[in-house]
Amino acid sequence: MHLPLLSLLIWLPVLGAMLVLSVGSEKHANVARTIGCFFAVINLLLCIPLYLAFDANSFAMQFPENKLWIEAYQIHYSLGVDGLSLAMVILTNFTGLLVILAGCRAIKVHVSQYMATFLVMQGMMIGVFAATDAVLFYVFWEGMLIPMYLSIGMWGSANRSYASIKFFLYTFLGSILMLIALLYLYNQTGTFEIAKFYGLHLSLPVQKLLFFAFFLAFAVKVPMWPVHTWLPDAHTEAPSGGSVVLAALMLKLGIYGFLRFSMPIVPLASEQLAWVMIGLSLIAIVYIGFVAIVQTDMKKLIAYSSIAHMGFATLGCFMVYDIIRVNGSYQDAYMSLEGAVVQMIAHAFGSGAMFLGVGMLADRFYNHSRMIHDYGGIANKMPIFAAFFMLFAMSNVGLPGTAGFVGEFMVIMSAFRANFWIAFIAALTLILAASYTLWMYKRVFFGETTNKHLEEFKDLHWIETTNYILLTVGVFYLGLYPAPVLNILHATVGHILALSLPGVTAA
Amino acid sequence: MNLVSLALWIVLLPLAGSLIAGLLGKQIGRRATHWVTVSFVGIAWILSCIVFKDIVLQNQPAVNAVIYHWVSSGIFQFDVAFLIDRLSAVMVLVVTFISFMVHIYTIGYMADDPGYQRFFSYVSLFTFSMLILVLANNFLLLFFGWEGVGLVSYLLIGFWFKRESAVLGSLKAFLVNRIGDVAFVLGIAAVLTYFNHLDYSFVFSHTTEILGKNIAIFPGVNISVMTTICMLLFFGAMAKSAQVPLHVWLPESMEGPTPISALIHAATMVTAGIYMVARMSPLFEYSEVTLSFILVIGGTTALFLGLVALVNNDIKRVIAYSTISQLGYMAVALGASAYDASIFHLITHAFFKALLFLAAGSVIIALHHEQDMRKMGGLATFMPVTYLTFIIGALALSAIPPFAGFYSKDAIIHAVELSKIPGAGYAYFCVVVGAFITPLYIFRALFLTFHGETRMDTDMQKHVKESPWVVLIPLLALAVPSLVIGGMLIGPMLFATPTLLGNSIFVLPEHNVLYPLMQEFHGAKLMALNAGHTLTFWLAMSGLVVAWLFTIAMPALGETLKTRFPLIYTILVDKYGFDAFNERFIVRGTQKLGDYFYYVTDLKMIDGIFVNGSGRMIRWFANTARRVQTGYLYHYALAMIIGILLFAVLLFF
Repeated sequence: MHLPLLSLLIWLPVLGAMLVLSVGSEKHANVARTIGCFFAVINLLLCIPLYLAFDANSFAMQFPENKLWIEAYQIHYSLGVDGLSLAMVILTNFTGLLVILAGCRAIKVHVSQYMATFLVMQGMMIGVFAATDAVLFYVFWEGMLIPMYLSIGMWGSANRSYASIKFFLYTFLGSILMLIALLYLYNQTGTFEIAKFYGLHLSLPVQKLLFFAFFLAFAVKVPMWPVHTWLPDAHTEAPSGGSVVLAALMLKLGIYGFLRFSMPIVPLASEQLAWVMIGLSLIAIVYIGFVAIVQTDMKKLIAYSSIAHMGFATLGCFMVYDIIRVNGSYQDAYMSLEGAVVQMIAHAFGSGAMFLGVGMLADRFYNHSRMIHDYGGIANKMPIFAAFFMLFAMSNVGLPGTAGFVGEFMVIMSAFRANFWIAFIAALTLILAASYTLWMYKRVFFGETTNKHLEEFKDLHWIETTNYILLTVGVFYLGLYPAPVLNILHATVGHILALSLPGVTAA
Repeated sequence: MNLVSLALWIVLLPLAGSLIAGLLGKQIGRRATHWVTVSFVGIAWILSCIVFKDIVLQNQPAVNAVIYHWVSSGIFQFDVAFLIDRLSAVMVLVVTFISFMVHIYTIGYMADDPGYQRFFSYVSLFTFSMLILVLANNFLLLFFGWEGVGLVSYLLIGFWFKRESAVLGSLKAFLVNRIGDVAFVLGIAAVLTYFNHLDYSFVFSHTTEILGKNIAIFPGVNISVMTTICMLLFFGAMAKSAQVPLHVWLPESMEGPTPISALIHAATMVTAGIYMVARMSPLFEYSEVTLSFILVIGGTTALFLGLVALVNNDIKRVIAYSTISQLGYMAVALGASAYDASIFHLITHAFFKALLFLAAGSVIIALHHEQDMRKMGGLATFMPVTYLTFIIGALALSAIPPFAGFYSKDAIIHAVELSKIPGAGYAYFCVVVGAFITPLYIFRALFLTFHGETRMDTDMQKHVKESPWVVLIPLLALAVPSLVIGGMLIGPMLFATPTLLGNSIFVLPEHNVLYPLMQEFHGAKLMALNAGHTLTFWLAMSGLVVAWLFTIAMPALGETLKTRFPLIYTILVDKYGFDAFNERFIVRGTQKLGDYFYYVTDLKMIDGIFVNGSGRMIRWFANTARRVQTGYLYHYALAMIIGILLFAVLLFF
């Protein structure tokens, strides 16, 4: 059977978006909701054959599709997934369903536009993860930003123009440099096929320049300190669905970029500059942890917490060089890189759930406040919500048995191989994450109900419960039995690792 | 049933009970909830008796069983796997028994609480986590249990989440434990780095390979790998087992309901650190530095935190400080390499301390949640059964023969006396003085609560009555072992070959302090009868008498001491200032640092200067550039001429 699964995954949501838009007017909000859900579910179901037919023992790009797109520049419409992409594609579809469901409940105006925006976003994002042609990648990479701008602009709150300009400044600066890097690589190879960019034996100064260009693009996305300040603003202004996509998926594009472009294409520079990346990652973990503690806006707090958690992912990626230098065996470095990838997935569940939760609270509050001090004693009125949120908070804290533990554990275990102090600083997250997460939890959920607006709060609606049950399954599945997820990754991570080591590519 | 499936049932029954109570509690109602959870834990206890019989009494070999592969990555393989050996069999038996008693007791204690089902769900979940902790056969699963009990402890301390003090106490407990966890995780990472494995059996059988290795944590300072591992692991144990200075969370944990104080914060979870060190004896034996450190920390904890109990008026907090002090005793035994004695004290302490807490809880519910001993007094006549059981607990704690605590504490004191590890002398001094302090504070509490004139108001006096049978049965069921288990176990645990824990514990021949004691041991009965010849016995007796003097005979004496030694009194009331220090420097320091990073670095510097600055730059540039486009022809002509001139200059020079 040669069903173009990947193309279907990308374009079905876009088709769905058009359908939804054609429904249009506000009277048919329920039709729009149904169509949105329908396409989100279909997409998630399509992941099943994708997962089943995937050969986890191979690092090759699977389900390949290849059509010449622009002949003059040898640009192809070529798609394919390896273990890393597969994991991200499934995650994207999972998250897609969550935000559509959340929108069904939370969005009251411009329902069809909301559905369309998020469906398009989902399709573009799958495109980014599945593209094997650099230009196609870039098109999706930029394309996904448009619905994001729209979602902030249409459903965002008061300060949205500042946030979106900031978002634009940051990402545009990064993207444009990445485009230059890609064009340079095209000049060197005569193709835009990403796989051909590997093993080019570029000189060190060139590698460093390319590394810098990629770094800006990806570091902004992750985001890494000090180019992180757009994220808290974007999060606070975005609707909760937008926040979920931002946190669960868009940040991961940065890590994905490091793994797909920076490390394998410019291994020498990556090795040379790994110490910078490790330093920035550790700053993200500790410095941002402290910043998160003093936040008064729940969304900002979770946004900062996301930056800190992504610090673990970048740390896991770039620590491989130190581990290999100390131990000499690249078998040892597997766990570091795999820990980084697991951290990406785990963070999607934990922070996604928490952003949804803040949205649920704000929806119920008369002026949609997200400030911690407006809440208190929520557990009295919403015990089921409080129980769910406790679980996700614990995943954020990295409690064993939840998703949040796995990646952190693997990265800390690996870090000790490289250097005691790296491991020590990284491990401080155990205290910091517990501090900001549980202190927020305490102020929002515990105590007596603090004001009269909270008295009217009702516990979870069934759609919200469905969402949270889905996320609970994710959190426990990854936490209690992560082996299947990692089995998909082993071959791919090994391949990326081999490409990323200057010694191996030179041979 | 084979041992592995037995162990699985033991672990999964409490989990099932917890899930049923937690998810379906509202639907099935209170009665069904407690029947399900109590009977599940009861069955688990019966099954652990079978495991105990097979492993300990019938001497079957230890079983390592992989339940499933958690993760594999590169060369590393992490499993969820159980180790069923003598040590875990004993621990499982103790945990399930105490948990079973606490479950029954809860029916009475929490009868009027709206969170009834939630409470049962938590207690069963705790039992599950604790069983995972003791049954783990590798460091990873140990950490699962370790964090699991920490989580449930957090949930239960803050069980009455409307109370600010309870919620703060729970947060404090979690965070202090997390400080220890940082070290603990690093310890696990160190094990993985140097052994490439996390399985106990693999690690313990390869200890000799890393003995000569050093690690340069600080430049120029080489620390042996073994010491690094052991120190890091012990830092983790210090938080969990409330050793100075990480003990600060345990008194606050008393904000939780009393059954929890008995189960988690006396009998089981807080002893996890002790259990862990005993389990790792094949590692700790090779790091004398760590053993010394444990002796000093343990001794300090045993003596100085016991002193704090003298000036406290909250009945639960007195017992809480007593728990910290007794954990210090256990730690001292570990430091002296008398791991068996430490586990022995852990077991006897589990019974008599759970008993003391539950008896105190019986008083507290009778007095409608009054915990201040200044408002009690003369309760013996109102609550005879509670009184009797409290006395048994107090005597056992005070190490009066033939009660359980006598045997285990005496063994510890003698073991430390013989130990040659540096620090043993100090630890010996601490535990001997502690032998006087212990009866002093616990009998002070007993006299204040049950004897003398009552200080309850008259309204209360009319209502006070003995607790219902669901409360009394666990009291009696714990009183019996508090009475007899010391005499029963001392022979098999310390002086038999093989001992009860057998090869679960590893001691180097030169550290073996229990062996010389074995020569002098001629049966438990004789030991009790000869107690009159020992210093510690007379110290304990005098402690008891002094307590009577201060509370019953001459109550004014206490006031005199207070005014005579105000400094000492203030230090003790302030608990040596740990809380004030933490509040002033750590909590506020963290907030200040966070504020600085956020408001100054993030907002002013990164956003203010760079981001918005570049925004302003662009706007300024655009404005300037716009002004250049005036639209006047002669301006453009001028610009062109200047441009041509510049080109000419560049070309010709």
